[in-house]
Amino acid sequence: MIDTQRATTPVADDLLVDRRLVASYFVAALVFMGISLLAGMLMALQLVHWNPLRGIELLSPGRWRMIHTNAIAYGFLANAFLGALHWAVPRLTLRPVLSQSLSWFIFAAWQFVVLATALGIVVGPTLQANVPALQNLRWSLGAQGLEWGETPTWIDPLALAGLLLVAVNFMAPIMQATGPLYVTLWYFLAAFVWTFLTYAMGNFLPQYALAGTSAGAVGGLFIHDLVGLFVTPLGWGLMYYFVPILLRKPMWSHALSLVGFWGLAFFYPLNGIHHFLYTPIPMFLQHGAIISTVAVEMVVLTVIINFFATLRGSGREIVTNLPIRWFYTGMVYYALTCLQCAMQTTLTFQALIHFTDWVVGHAHLVMFGVFSMWLMGIMTYLFPRLWHTPWYSPALCEWHYWLSAGGMLVMATDLILGGVFQGFYWASLAPWEVSVDGSQPFWIVRVFAGLAILGGQICFFYNLYMTWRESRALGARPLEAAAPLGTAAN
Amino acid sequence: MFEGKSGVLLVGGLGFFAFAFLSNAVVPMLMYRDLPEQTTAELVAKNSNLMYQFEELSYRYPEQFKQHFGEPTTDQCAEALRLGRQIYVSEGCWHCHSQFVRPVSREEDRWGPVSATWEYQNELQRPVMFGTRRVGPDLCREGGRRSNDWHAAHFYRPKLTSAASPMPEYPWLFDGAPDKPNRRGLALITYVQWLGSWLESYPDYEAYQPLAERLKEK
Ligand code: HEC
Ligand code: HEM
Repeated sequence: MIDTQRATTPVADDLLVDRRLVASYFVAALVFMGISLLAGMLMALQLVHWNPLRGIELLSPGRWRMIHTNAIAYGFLANAFLGALHWAVPRLTLRPVLSQSLSWFIFAAWQFVVLATALGIVVGPTLQANVPALQNLRWSLGAQGLEWGETPTWIDPLALAGLLLVAVNFMAPIMQATGPLYVTLWYFLAAFVWTFLTYAMGNFLPQYALAGTSAGAVGGLFIHDLVGLFVTPLGWGLMYYFVPILLRKPMWSHALSLVGFWGLAFFYPLNGIHHFLYTPIPMFLQHGAIISTVAVEMVVLTVIINFFATLRGSGREIVTNLPIRWFYTGMVYYALTCLQCAMQTTLTFQALIHFTDWVVGHAHLVMFGVFSMWLMGIMTYLFPRLWHTPWYSPALCEWHYWLSAGGMLVMATDLILGGVFQGFYWASLAPWEVSVDGSQPFWIVRVFAGLAILGGQICFFYNLYMTWRESRALGARPLEAAAPLGTAAN
Repeated sequence: MFEGKSGVLLVGGLGFFAFAFLSNAVVPMLMYRDLPEQTTAELVAKNSNLMYQFEELSYRYPEQFKQHFGEPTTDQCAEALRLGRQIYVSEGCWHCHSQFVRPVSREEDRWGPVSATWEYQNELQRPVMFGTRRVGPDLCREGGRRSNDWHAAHFYRPKLTSAASPMPEYPWLFDGAPDKPNRRGLALITYVQWLGSWLESYPDYEAYQPLAERLKEK
């Protein structure tokens, strides 16, 4: 696969990849990342009593917390993945996507979906309360009561149609490929099917068909599948694509790649109920979810071993090659989350840490520490290639990395530790306020860790803006100019 | 099969997903198919605890109540419950408050009886409000624990009742003062008073025993 890629000339390559589209997706992703960080900051400040914007309906911290998570999932991750897919899929299959105009239509439609979600969550409830015609609607204009599925109910069908178009657009070139597929494409193909099914299951069943405990079971599947069957396969698929290219060698073991994919495909969907342990969901199902979670741990370990074995002999690239450093930092964080998960999935730990900041620490470690790191690495590698211009400031790229990776480490350690304290406060039966007061030091540290992360992204935004200006000033430049960051201009 | 399109799509994509759905979602659906899902009207009809609180609201805030709900009938109460839940969801209360008492970590001692499936088989748990995070306490035994005016003051500005509370303020549920809840404010108070009002042990504090004694019994 990789060799055939080398053979493509830059001209053919431009016919395959719509560089403007990839760049547009990345920029949209970064805009939503910015919004999400500000929203997270608002909630973080609220918790430490420093929120300067209290009592303003449209800045209700509860609503903005939902913006925080949704802007990350559907705004940042989905957009960044789509951008990276538009780069990787045509180059892997040597065929363009189904239709360029369809691609741009999907781009516009997806931004509409994300913006409508944000507007619905923030403005929906206010509109509904103040416009008499809307007051008696049986359904809510605002958020839907489903974690990760807060997208208002009226947008769900649109989002689902969008996911279908995405699948069709990318599956066209993949289905035309002959012979065994490269690992990346297994993950992508499966992810298109899974994402669609997961979205449909999670957003419709608990809303329209089920109530109570069984709806909880479906909700658990949904939360988990969204991470495990949408974000994870796309993320790993991209790693299987970019890491060998950047290290200029194949994956260490194809057999382990097979184990990783099929293990994930089988065990991951069975994990959902581990989000609702000790609920009225039948205990044997909870045990089943725990056992398959342990199985996923094993599978993930094989994948990580495969990637680190691939790195062997090229260790210096961690220092010299920034995208590779982003990727492998993400993998170290991945190993850490899995270690954390190995503990938290047990009933013993659940009793203590469920509902505490431990879980919030876990969520940040996965979503930012792993998948956002990978995507940031991909963007750091690709932007110079998209705009034919080297980074304005490699130093700012380093700042972006260090502030993000460092801020993340502090935030995760802080929240995980804070969660343990909260668990013990609660079990001690001390009045609730004691646990809230006792959390303050952890929440304050979180604000500063968050500022570091925010600062890192601002470095990136600024760097990107200046690079873009240079690309305008210089006009198109040869690809080799991009070499300083991310080696081999393939 | 393992590296081809049909294997990945049919076995991995569809097959394993369907297997997980059957085993993790369809099994509980089948297990609970005999527990009928109650409508909001049914929930209100049998619930004198809740009606008591709803009527109390009409005495305490007569003007507001008259304007927004008229008379404290069961129909109006059902209406208020639905709206109250809508606000609970759209303001993201459920990201700071859970609604289930677990059988561990001495939660029974703090909040009352462990949650059971039948409590969730109703229209107002669609989607179910188990919750994901407890910045504030669990609320599924909240009904009757506090008075209506406590809730009003607390929603208006939590620091009025709980000095160090990080809970956000909700002045838009009021017409300018904590003793003037608007339609949304009244509805949210009704919803919060409903939580747990279906239990024998309602309100939880009336079965109050000093903590030391309760722990001795265990
Ligand atoms: C930032 C997280 C947060 C959000 C959002 C939040 N709360 Fe709270 N809530 C708390 C905390 C912390 C407490 C405990 C301190 C106190 O009494 O204010 C609390 C206490 C309460 C209590 C009193 C419980 C008791 O009996 O002691 C009720 C009732 C309540 N919240 C309802 C709500 C409702 C309804 C909403 C949505 C409109 C909401 N909360 C949103 C954090 C939050
Ligand atoms: C400026 C940096 C950030 C700050 C200050 C911040 C703050 C917060 C806060 C206050 C919460 C709510 C926690 C609670 O309910 O107790 C939260 C939740 C969450 N955040 Fe962030 N966040 C930041 C960055 C990010 C990033 C970059 C991501 C993902 C890429 C992310 C993903 C999440 C997720 C998934 C949750 C939900 C956790 C759960 O429900 O368990 N956050 N964040």
